Amino acid sequence: MTELPLIGESIAVAVEPRLAGARIGVVTFPGTLDDRDAARAVRLAGGTAVELWHADTELGDVDAVVIPGGFSYGDYLRAGAIARFAPLMSRIIDAANSDAKLPVLGICNGFQILTESHLLPGSMIKNDHLKFMCRDQVLRVENSNTAWTLDYQAGQEITVPLKNQDGQYLADDKTLDALEAEGRVVFRYVGFNPNGSRRDIAGISNAAGNVVGLMPHPEHAVEAGFGPESLDGVGGSDTDGLGFFTSVLTKIVGGDK
Amino acid sequence: MSIETTKKFNIDTVENAVKTPDTELPWAELGLKRNEFDEIVKVLGRRPTGAELAMYSVMWSEHCSYKSSKNHLRQFGEKVTPEMKKDMLVGIGENAGVTNLGDGWAVTFKIESHNSPSFVEPYQGAATGIGGIVRDIISMGARPVAVMDPLRFGAIDHPDTARVMHGAVAGIGGYGNSLGLPNIGGEMVFDSVYQGNPLVNALAVGVMRHEDIRLANASGKGNKVVLFGARTGGDGIGGASVLASESFDDTKPSKRPAVQVGDPFAEKVLIECCLELFKGSLVEGIQDLGAAGISCATSELASNGDGGMAVELTSVLLRDPTLTPGEILMSESQERMMAVVTPENVEAFEAVMDKWAVEYAWLGEVTDSGRLIITWEGEVIVDVDPRTVAHDGPVYDRPFARPEWQDAVQADSFTGSVQDAGRPSAPAELAKAVTELVASPNMCSKSWITNQYDRYVGGNTSMAFPDDAGVVRVDEESGLGVALATDANGRYTYLDPYHGAQLALAEAYRNVATSGAVPMAVSDCLNFGSPEDPDVMWQLAEAIRGLSDACMVLGIPVTGGNVSLYNQTGTTPIHPSPVVAVLGKLDDVARRTPSGWREDGQAIYLLGTTAAELDGSEWANMRGHLGGQPPKVDLGAERALGEILINASRDGMIDSAHDLSEGGLAAALVESSLRYGVGARIALQDVLDRDGVDLFTALFSESQGRAVVGVPRSEEVRFTDMCTARGFAHTRIGVVDAASGTLEINDVAGLSLDALREAHEATLPKYFG
Repeated sequence: MTELPLIGESIAVAVEPRLAGARIGVVTFPGTLDDRDAARAVRLAGGTAVELWHADTELGDVDAVVIPGGFSYGDYLRAGAIARFAPLMSRIIDAANSDAKLPVLGICNGFQILTESHLLPGSMIKNDHLKFMCRDQVLRVENSNTAWTLDYQAGQEITVPLKNQDGQYLADDKTLDALEAEGRVVFRYVGFNPNGSRRDIAGISNAAGNVVGLMPHPEHAVEAGFGPESLDGVGGSDTDGLGFFTSVLTKIVGGDK
Repeated sequence: MSIETTKKFNIDTVENAVKTPDTELPWAELGLKRNEFDEIVKVLGRRPTGAELAMYSVMWSEHCSYKSSKNHLRQFGEKVTPEMKKDMLVGIGENAGVTNLGDGWAVTFKIESHNSPSFVEPYQGAATGIGGIVRDIISMGARPVAVMDPLRFGAIDHPDTARVMHGAVAGIGGYGNSLGLPNIGGEMVFDSVYQGNPLVNALAVGVMRHEDIRLANASGKGNKVVLFGARTGGDGIGGASVLASESFDDTKPSKRPAVQVGDPFAEKVLIECCLELFKGSLVEGIQDLGAAGISCATSELASNGDGGMAVELTSVLLRDPTLTPGEILMSESQERMMAVVTPENVEAFEAVMDKWAVEYAWLGEVTDSGRLIITWEGEVIVDVDPRTVAHDGPVYDRPFARPEWQDAVQADSFTGSVQDAGRPSAPAELAKAVTELVASPNMCSKSWITNQYDRYVGGNTSMAFPDDAGVVRVDEESGLGVALATDANGRYTYLDPYHGAQLALAEAYRNVATSGAVPMAVSDCLNFGSPEDPDVMWQLAEAIRGLSDACMVLGIPVTGGNVSLYNQTGTTPIHPSPVVAVLGKLDDVARRTPSGWREDGQAIYLLGTTAAELDGSEWANMRGHLGGQPPKVDLGAERALGEILINASRDGMIDSAHDLSEGGLAAALVESSLRYGVGARIALQDVLDRDGVDLFTALFSESQGRAVVGVPRSEEVRFTDMCTARGFAHTRIGVVDAASGTLEINDVAGLSLDALREAHEATLPKYFG
């Protein structure tokens, strides 16, 4: 399958050629918004992005999957509640739970779809301040051993854009305790909790660490001139989010960078 | 749509109209004047049917026909030089104008009003404003890439302002964010003149390859006409409900909303679906359904094409089966498009619809009859020359005259007025004044609004609010991009409509050039009171004359826009508010210039000269004064300044640039410092000596043609040489002081950035939570 840039030609990228062999699927549902951005991020990290359509019944030849942000089916019902029943989601759930442990990253609406799919525990409700919020958010990487965080250091602080309406992470205390005990809280909000999420949780993983979901958008912090530093000048850099994609690519092709 | 329900209507056919010439029709209730109804009878040679009356009444409305402004708007087409035409691919008249960007790229943009719906129902009014303008952009064959919203509300402390503000901002966010379109800028003004008439304008911009440009016309006899997207419902019908007398029963839903209700998910799917249609070259002509719904789409498509179309109205998919033919024709249900498809492409078209799960209905086909024929179960209910509906509406030469009060207003200068008493002059007073200015309703930080909009989606946003212009990359390979700014100043335009409109254009032009982009095209949204008031009509005529004259001098054409009249409460009109959008081009968005400085030790220059121009200023407004003459317009100077800013950006001579407009130098210095939280030391003595003004005037005057730029030390000689060679006034007024955390202006101390930021950002949360 070919990939379509949002507008114009794809950016030519010269990264490690061996990474280009890694194929990362990017799922599009009706109402998905950040799919081209996720594909661009994969490409800028050096991988090959593959378009996946929600109605597909086969996952095809991909080494990892990104479920991007947006408002699947308008999110008029609970966010992600309908998307979770797409034919492709069954394949993704199977592959993520299989011995092969397909790496899956859910961003924003993708995170909501992963909790609705029960690949990740908990749920997202409306932000505590009840408004859509777009801001540059500082996150602390709590776990650098997941498929998507290998290129970060534990404790590292990164700045990536956050933009959502239903971003308040919610789970019962028992679940939250277990997540913390097992090191499955992958990201926490630093300095400001933008939506009232329990225990400042911004992102979590499954037990195996191949499935990660988070509300902020690393795919919007992958290119100089178009990230938080350029747009808002809040510090950090424009490319703090690139590590998500290089992490998974490196893991797929194996060996040291 | 089942036949069962349609039989409930006593259909007024053309045949019936001929037989019953004396039937009373509710033309007045539909907003037509006696002479207009007589004209319809004359055009048809008989009385119109109910359905025809519905069509003519909406298409001949002020909103659709521009009947009061048409005679004046002509100037935008007439005052055009070869320079202005050189990059224009599609001019005024289509859904939106198209401008050539080079490398096979084209850009289309347009600004429109959605004012009255946004007062009645702020959330849906503002939301569907975005929806409508985005569909205009899709109709041209373009992919929409960004939106902007100039907003004008009543007094910030009026109890009703919060209702409108919360609703409109949430509506713009709720709809725009769901479409995946970054919101890259706009305006926010509070003024009690907008209390009962808030202005909610929406701009959208889209890009396409030249070969993808589509026009709204129905050509090719035998080609199929299809309506697709959302179903047609009873929303947005307004006056058409009087035609309910067509119905036999009175059980139908009453009190339907006159404001349309938006479904952004349907629109998002419609965007992707249309782009797939364009990619496969599956449509010959396409038109969005906005104001006047099917009436507008069928008559415009037909009259712009081969002139004939036959449509069976019972084929329209309905949300409400009780709708009468007239209501179906007038319905403004959102998220609908009409297209013309060749018989060979029907199957491929349907496959795209099925992929995106979009509903569609084949309504009829293109004919060469020169008539638009609409049938209801085969019986003819509309038989008209589509031109008479779409283009040959009434045109009025409304009387206009310079208001009697205008001289008195212009004679009432702020300087020396009661409100000017106790003008700040001591350093401590000036420090307080600067802080008060940047915390004032119109000058405070807009982040409370803009943080509810997604500025990142698409990954091509290179600059957004609070920079002077929004910048979006078009071509990822070359970095080619566009910059956009919208501006208006109702107070200036009230004081002098001719020059006020020019000042709006000058500011938008300056904002675009400040970003480093070359200004290319203009779209305007003319928000005025009632054209039946000669005072208002004069304001409108003067504003259009001023704008069209200024476009000639600046060498950029108006490619589209919209006129919104009757923005008045009782006999009190809003300030005349021509909102002007300017679009510019950047060969590489990496070269764009942000509005704040960052590098310690960089030199800060003020470009342009300052006169004592406080009338109509933000400072005078804060003191409750409005009178005198607006700042002087010098379009030659604007052009010269623009060239300096563009060249400096292209050649890497400046790292920051911010235009001076409302709030003058004081606002610009604070904003440039707060942009990245980097302070500066400013000394204005040279400016005061050269221009013969005092420090207060230097800080608060709103003289035009000025900008503040940050110049790297290594580029200072080259930059000042360029300004000297071009004979443009430039003064070194200070240096960036990264460590200080303060903005120091002459001996005005105590302006810590933290305190300024707190003052700047606290205002909107204080009023709106």
